[in-house]
Amino acid sequence: MPALCRDCLTSFEQGPRCPACRSPRLVAHAELNSLTIAHMDCDAFYASVEKRDNPALRDQPVIVGGGTRGVVSTCCYIARIQGVRSAMPMFQALKLCPQAVVVKPRFPAYVEASRAIRAMMEALTPAIEPLSLDEAFLDLTGTVRLHGMPPATLLARLTREMETQLGLTGSVGLSHNKFLAKIASDLDKPRGFSVIGLTETERFLLPKSVRIIWGVGTATQAALEAAGIRTIADLKRWDRTDLIARFGSGGDRLWHLARGLDSRRVNRDEKLKSISKETTFNEDTADPDILDGHIWRLSEQVADRAKAKALSGRTVTLKLKKGDFQIVTRRHALPDPTQLTDRIYRAAADLFSAAPQGPFRLIGVGISDLAPEAAADLSRDLLDPDAPKRAAAERATDAIRARFGAQAIIKGRSLR
Amino acid sequence: MKLSIERGTLLKALAQAQSVVERRNTIPILANVLIEAEGSTVSFRATDLDIEVVDKAPAMVERAGSTTVSAVMLHEIIRKLPDGALVTLSDDAATGRLVITAGRSTFNLATLPREDFPVMASSEYTTNFSAPAPVLRRLFDKAKFAISTEETRYYLNGVYMHVSNGEAGPVLRCVATDGHRLARIDAPLPANAQTMPGVIVPRKTVGELRKLLDDDEAIIAVSVSETKVRFATPLITLTSKVIDGTFPDYTRVIPMGNSRRLEVDATEFAKAVDRVATVSSERSRAVKLSLDEDRLILSVNAPDSGNAEEELAVAYSDERLEIGFNAKYLLEIASQVDRENAVFLFNSSGDPTLMREGNDTSAIYVVMPMRV
Repeated sequence: MPALCRDCLTSFEQGPRCPACRSPRLVAHAELNSLTIAHMDCDAFYASVEKRDNPALRDQPVIVGGGTRGVVSTCCYIARIQGVRSAMPMFQALKLCPQAVVVKPRFPAYVEASRAIRAMMEALTPAIEPLSLDEAFLDLTGTVRLHGMPPATLLARLTREMETQLGLTGSVGLSHNKFLAKIASDLDKPRGFSVIGLTETERFLLPKSVRIIWGVGTATQAALEAAGIRTIADLKRWDRTDLIARFGSGGDRLWHLARGLDSRRVNRDEKLKSISKETTFNEDTADPDILDGHIWRLSEQVADRAKAKALSGRTVTLKLKKGDFQIVTRRHALPDPTQLTDRIYRAAADLFSAAPQGPFRLIGVGISDLAPEAAADLSRDLLDPDAPKRAAAERATDAIRARFGAQAIIKGRSLR
Repeated sequence: MKLSIERGTLLKALAQAQSVVERRNTIPILANVLIEAEGSTVSFRATDLDIEVVDKAPAMVERAGSTTVSAVMLHEIIRKLPDGALVTLSDDAATGRLVITAGRSTFNLATLPREDFPVMASSEYTTNFSAPAPVLRRLFDKAKFAISTEETRYYLNGVYMHVSNGEAGPVLRCVATDGHRLARIDAPLPANAQTMPGVIVPRKTVGELRKLLDDDEAIIAVSVSETKVRFATPLITLTSKVIDGTFPDYTRVIPMGNSRRLEVDATEFAKAVDRVATVSSERSRAVKLSLDEDRLILSVNAPDSGNAEEELAVAYSDERLEIGFNAKYLLEIASQVDRENAVFLFNSSGDPTLMREGNDTSAIYVVMPMRV
């Protein structure tokens, strides 16, 4: 069975240790050199960046997240031992792990690290589909001749380079499609390398819970359970037509995934459906000035992202979570798509003025119904003759920031 | 209550009442019509709390009284009765039902007490005047296409009716806009209307009002206060709350100095716009107008679906100009022109464009261009 040393990248036939460097960090699999679809997932990415940049944190439990009222965005593996998980409310995380060091997210640093990893991946293949800053699918089909080594070796080299050059670790899943590659990368975290080959796909999947299927959340799981489906094996007993009849087009997807069939391609430009930003407050607030400041900042973040992606949105959504966790969303369809902070903010602020009374614990702004930027902001509003001036000011602000940094020029409104 | 009435008369009176009633109602009484019989008249009153309509019709009243029944059901029953039938409505005190008989048909409808029926608070009307139906018809018909449906700018969800100064003196003016196009329609100011406060007549009211204006000979009594407006014929009274908001200062929006003048047959223009717009992307519907010496080229270039071009002979003698518009907006304003040629006045490709019929400034339209 072909094996690979993940430390020195030597290929050999199976053995307990690498014949060249005696390392035990091996990966061995019958299909090791023929599988080409990979999923690379950084280990506790935000927390790892923080530890790298501040070595004093190295042996401490680190939680990255916003304030006492926020949620955990990432926690390091030391914190995970205590039961802390991402998306957990901060107060709960601190109850489990009171000695944890809570760090506010520094997105610019994460974006920079993500870019560096992306550049390393770009050197391997053009077929990269980033899912977020810290994970991506790679299709390495046909790269053997280019690089003179099989995908498995390339991936091992990638994670080794990430460790030596960037000080960040990642886990790799290698398989024959995206569905299984994503499952595989999670099997052996951190610093993992897992392989799911064609021959063991069925054996691997059968006993697993349906939750392993991407897109099956609590609601779908409950619906499946009502139909007596708990595991993939249960799912496989159903006819395709029956699944479709019961679960619609999602049923067809379940039928395929239960068989380990996933024909989705690794797509560089996977279509974004919406862009949104939200923030949870330290204390519930109903103060219109404070909330207005948040609406402005969130609108700006949404617009920045839309501009970076050369996209625009036709629908502006305002999301409010009340003190009792009740979620209120309001949306407004613009006459034409926009990527301007000014227009997103005005629409969101209008929605806010018509929304129920606070106090709120969370506010979010988003755009959806996305269109290319060429289709954006083509028409003007008769009743708002100053809009073109504001748009020109915004473009000028963007140009100044691009040259002198994000803080070079800001709106007074964003200080509220 | 007991009365007899001819089916056709009854149907006409009910038609208006039932259209005011909202189809989805959470308050049961609002689905009902209040029937009141007295003397030789029966009246039907319906409301959605914002609009109230009272229709009167002559009837043979045997016993005066009042009750309320489902407006939609009563209307449906009467509609399905044969033409010329004599309909009898009587309330049965024992069962609390309204009995409807016509020929050999009998219906018993559930009623709700008339005391529960909300009657719109009367208003102190500060201005009362009368206007011929065709005058009001023109004012509202030509303006209503521009009413906004945008809820966030609720003050645009109606027609702004007010007194203003036209070129030839004071006028009764109706303005509507959604921020992309604007219609400003003037009529000579009727006697006693000078003091009228400007009011925003809601979209639904404009629709209901239209049914009062079909008769060319009718004279409409108009009453206006700061909060309500009333339109009445001898048989129908339509009362409506007005939109509580400030209509924006539209005068700033109307371009006065546009000098590039295009004159074109409105019907030919509309047909050509419609043809080339067929290939435009469904969303933006952008049409480009390229103007040169007596020549207009309409074109659409949609990268995904294709392109189209059509040339029209027009009167144009200014500098070359390329300007883009939403095809829908062009079609809507062009369809307002019915007697003379459409005259467009442009400034630049980024400025609002003005359209009118010939040299008639009593109806002008403004439309915002879009980048193409």
